[in-house]
Amino acid sequence: MADPAIELINIDKSFGAVRANKSINLRVDKGTIHGIVGENGAGKSTLMSIIYGFYQADAGEIRVGGRKVSISDPNVAISSGIGMVHQHFMLVDNFTVIENVMLGAEQSPLLAAGIQRVRDELKRLEREHNLEVDPDAVVEELPVGLQQRVEILKALYRGADILILDEPTGVLTPAEADHLFEVLKQLRAEGKTIILITHKLREIMAITDAVSVMRRGEIVATVKTAETNAGALAELMVGRRVLLHVDKGPAEPGAVKLKVEHLSVRDARRVKMVDDVSFEVRAGEIVGIAGVAGNGQSELLEALSGIRRAEAGSVRLLDREIDPIKGADPGALRAMGLAHVPEDRHHMGLVLPFSESENAILGYHRDADLGRGVFLDPAAVRRRAAREIEDFDIRPPDCRLKTSNFSGGNQQKIVLAREMERDPEVLLIGQPTRGVDVGAIEFIHRRIVAMRDAGKAILLVSVELDEIRSLSDRILVMFAGRIVGERGPETSENELGLLMAGVTSQEAAE
Amino acid sequence: MDFDFAALTSILALTLRLSTPLIFAALAGLYSERSGIFDISLEGKMLIGAFFSAVAASASGSAWIGLLAGIVSTILFGLVHGLASITYRGNQIVSGTALNFVAAGLTVILGQAWYGQGGRTPFLSGAARFGTIDLPFAQEVAGVPVIGPLYANVLSGQSLLVYVAFLMVPLTWWILFRTRFGLRLRAVGENPAAVDTAGVSVPWLRYRAVIICGVLTGFAGTYMSVAQSAGFNRDMTAGRGYIALAALIFANWKPVPVMFACLLFGILDALAIRLQGASLPIVGTVSVQFIQALPYILTVILLAGFVGRPSPPKAGGVPYVKER
Repeated sequence: MADPAIELINIDKSFGAVRANKSINLRVDKGTIHGIVGENGAGKSTLMSIIYGFYQADAGEIRVGGRKVSISDPNVAISSGIGMVHQHFMLVDNFTVIENVMLGAEQSPLLAAGIQRVRDELKRLEREHNLEVDPDAVVEELPVGLQQRVEILKALYRGADILILDEPTGVLTPAEADHLFEVLKQLRAEGKTIILITHKLREIMAITDAVSVMRRGEIVATVKTAETNAGALAELMVGRRVLLHVDKGPAEPGAVKLKVEHLSVRDARRVKMVDDVSFEVRAGEIVGIAGVAGNGQSELLEALSGIRRAEAGSVRLLDREIDPIKGADPGALRAMGLAHVPEDRHHMGLVLPFSESENAILGYHRDADLGRGVFLDPAAVRRRAAREIEDFDIRPPDCRLKTSNFSGGNQQKIVLAREMERDPEVLLIGQPTRGVDVGAIEFIHRRIVAMRDAGKAILLVSVELDEIRSLSDRILVMFAGRIVGERGPETSENELGLLMAGVTSQEAAE
Repeated sequence: MDFDFAALTSILALTLRLSTPLIFAALAGLYSERSGIFDISLEGKMLIGAFFSAVAASASGSAWIGLLAGIVSTILFGLVHGLASITYRGNQIVSGTALNFVAAGLTVILGQAWYGQGGRTPFLSGAARFGTIDLPFAQEVAGVPVIGPLYANVLSGQSLLVYVAFLMVPLTWWILFRTRFGLRLRAVGENPAAVDTAGVSVPWLRYRAVIICGVLTGFAGTYMSVAQSAGFNRDMTAGRGYIALAALIFANWKPVPVMFACLLFGILDALAIRLQGASLPIVGTVSVQFIQALPYILTVILLAGFVGRPSPPKAGGVPYVKER
């Protein structure tokens, strides 16, 4: 058995009455990639914050390389060789890469000497680990994947032997994620120890050597990755059996409900994001739009839902012509029977400081049954919210609670409940399960399929290829604003991936 | 022609004098705001500094003791803002506004109680005031056309504190962009969490910024009552703290542009004084009120977005709470 890089012994941590970590015992071997999975709120991040010295454990002990250490603040963690790549990057946006790397590790009161040292060190790291990045680039101008690389470089510059990555792929495109995994494997080959926190089982299966599953503050299992599978891990995470594949029968497409012809959309920078796109969605089918984020899917959804004006093209919704160029009023579209679950629930789907019940009626607050004239009827609002909470199993079931206090999955359910409960004819859904737990994903997928079976037309946009493949009846692939191919749901991931990367339709099929 | 040139040099010399408190105050604000602590109480701090430096100078007969008292008083006053904004995570605008009221009231009440002259402090003279300094060779080169008078009458013959203010500009630039403290200061105003996870204390950095802000506003206040004037008058800062704030925003929180912004406000102020009652071609006699309103009108125009989008420190005004 290899030597342990880090050991946690009986770690306990409570926040008020909530026990975030209960008697955690964890041993991570040197030179391995160790995954930690669990649903949101299972205590993963708390545990990592304790290792990094951001929080102090109430009880228990941490050993690094066999020696007991008391990690009272991040400085101790850094000097013990622990580095952390946070989910939300800890970077100063308007600083250069060099400035970000040296912040807190300048080594002398004047910067000049340190700058040269960082420059040399970055060159060495670039050579040894294939971590290429322009040291003089301003961080906010770098793509997200490179920003994450700067975070990794920060940790390596400080001499980290144990690297903790908190949900590192949440913001990455599939290609960037693949590249990250290559980097991690290489770091492992050099003897570094990596702890990967995620709720994506695919990633765990793809690159970890061992995995620990957390549920409600406890580690419920630690197993060798080779000896388990995604289904078993999901079951351990949720505490019950989870269907990772969506159960659905064949589609029975009916009349055309949404018809888009030659639609083109420019974004605020005047860049053409949607370029001459035509397609239709019929009653009783789910049409999925696959593509790497930023290839025009967002702008397409916005144009169809009336939030953004199109430059050219026409849209027919339920046999009525709507004018995408002048821009249709989202409220009017909603009244016609179009519902929209926006891609980003925090920015467009919810007002987080509002209570659950207020969010449950946003956009539908003029409904006749919710009040009279300019007045809302609080009892009626609460009744509707309570019904949605029950239907969608939103937890905690309290419609007076502030929306920001709900977990990501439950917030998403609030949006879905609001849009689906009004029984729309056409439903536009963007990223229905982004940042949502396995258990909730299963639920959300079932509801989407149920709507299809009820004869509704559904347009699904997602960057999760698995989701597109398991839900869609037809798949349209978008690349650089154009629809570059249409495929059936049985199409291989590889072929779709090639289309998404801009390889032409014919080449991809070969 | 001769007369016009003399008038010009006198306006320029006055501009330097009038810009000096603005530069001190705007740089003070720069340190504070770059660290993420918005400071609307520059005005109040200047007033406190002006009052206590005048009191100490008149009591001790030494301008230097006056300066020391001015600085100590503004540091203590500023620490109240620091305590409210950093330790207690209060609203920085509310705290700053409150301190401005306190400063306006406190200086008048204490002044009246101690001297009974309606808020005035005793007239300062001799060593109790900062006198003017003649630069080397000022007399010798005065005869050289154009450059001579500019050197002898504009640059030379100013108070020591004027030179200190202008030296503070490159010094601040150097501290901000060439030292470890400056790097961390800029970082903590943009993303305190990045500083925290790098193992550097966010509160201690911000407190140091607030203290530096106190030192510089102490200079600003002292200059007004112990160098520019010969004593403290009630409300003698007359909104200069706010104008310094406007200059800071106009200059996008950068030291050298801050100096130019302050010079711009300074020259308008100088024109307002020199042009009173003067008659100009085309316009005729200039209304005093209009000229006096110019710096404030300019402030409004500049802040109304005439200068493009300001990019304030991102974490400015937001108390830092450690969280996941």
